[in-house]
Amino acid sequence: MEISTAVFYLVAIITVGSAAMVAFSRNIIYSAFSLLGAFGGVAGIYVFLGADFVAAVQLLIYVGGILVLVLFAVMLTHRITDVQITNRAAGRLTALIVTGVLLYLLVETVRGTSWAKAKELVHQATTGTIGDLFLESYLLPFELASLVLLAALIGAVVISRKEIKE
Amino acid sequence: MFSPNDLSSYLIIGAILFSLGLFTVLTRRNAISVLMGVELILNSANINYVAFSHFSSGSTDGQIYAIFVIMLAAAEAAVGLAIVLAIFQIFHTIDVEAAETLKE
Repeated sequence: MEISTAVFYLVAIITVGSAAMVAFSRNIIYSAFSLLGAFGGVAGIYVFLGADFVAAVQLLIYVGGILVLVLFAVMLTHRITDVQITNRAAGRLTALIVTGVLLYLLVETVRGTSWAKAKELVHQATTGTIGDLFLESYLLPFELASLVLLAALIGAVVISRKEIKE
Repeated sequence: MFSPNDLSSYLIIGAILFSLGLFTVLTRRNAISVLMGVELILNSANINYVAFSHFSSGSTDGQIYAIFVIMLAAAEAAVGLAIVLAIFQIFHTIDVEAAETLKE
């Protein structure tokens, strides 16, 4: 087995295993920290797909931003000494059957389709191309994105501030 | 069959991540856990975007979409967690079944 294949298996196992921990763990702290492995593994998969910039963005925003935000929310909202099972789950059997059938159908479809073979892999830096695309053909969505982020920023502050009652 | 040079292996990883995220969203009663499931689903969609763009045309359009999805996920996480904190201040719990009314 080639070394890259072995690393690919490792990354895939880390991703799927951490995602399974997120889905099945009884403690929400464990779930939140397993999210780190899932996001990091997905960044590794991006590297295998030759998307270096997306991998860096994934690490910066997901691991550096969203994960920290989730951890903050967990720490702020749950009394750590209070409850044993902080991550209550309900209707597990039904959900397991539904998602299991869905996963089976998806995997069967993927395996039954003859996908086009990859062209010869040219791993080159994509940052310049992405920057050009952002400022040429994707300029309007790019500017709209900044507007959305501003709205989300203000909205988050407005929603989470303490209401001062008269 | 399962190799880094094969599109279907990435699609299968994406499908597994999607199913786990959907399972999380369906079963969890903790609002933050539900948000974690949504993040997993978004990540699986991103894997599909980047994989298809890498294996079909080789262009970077799929990566652009993935970056937009990541940006929207950041905005969604900020607003969603702010709502969770507001719910916690009002109801003193973030169980989604306890907070089914829109007011106190």
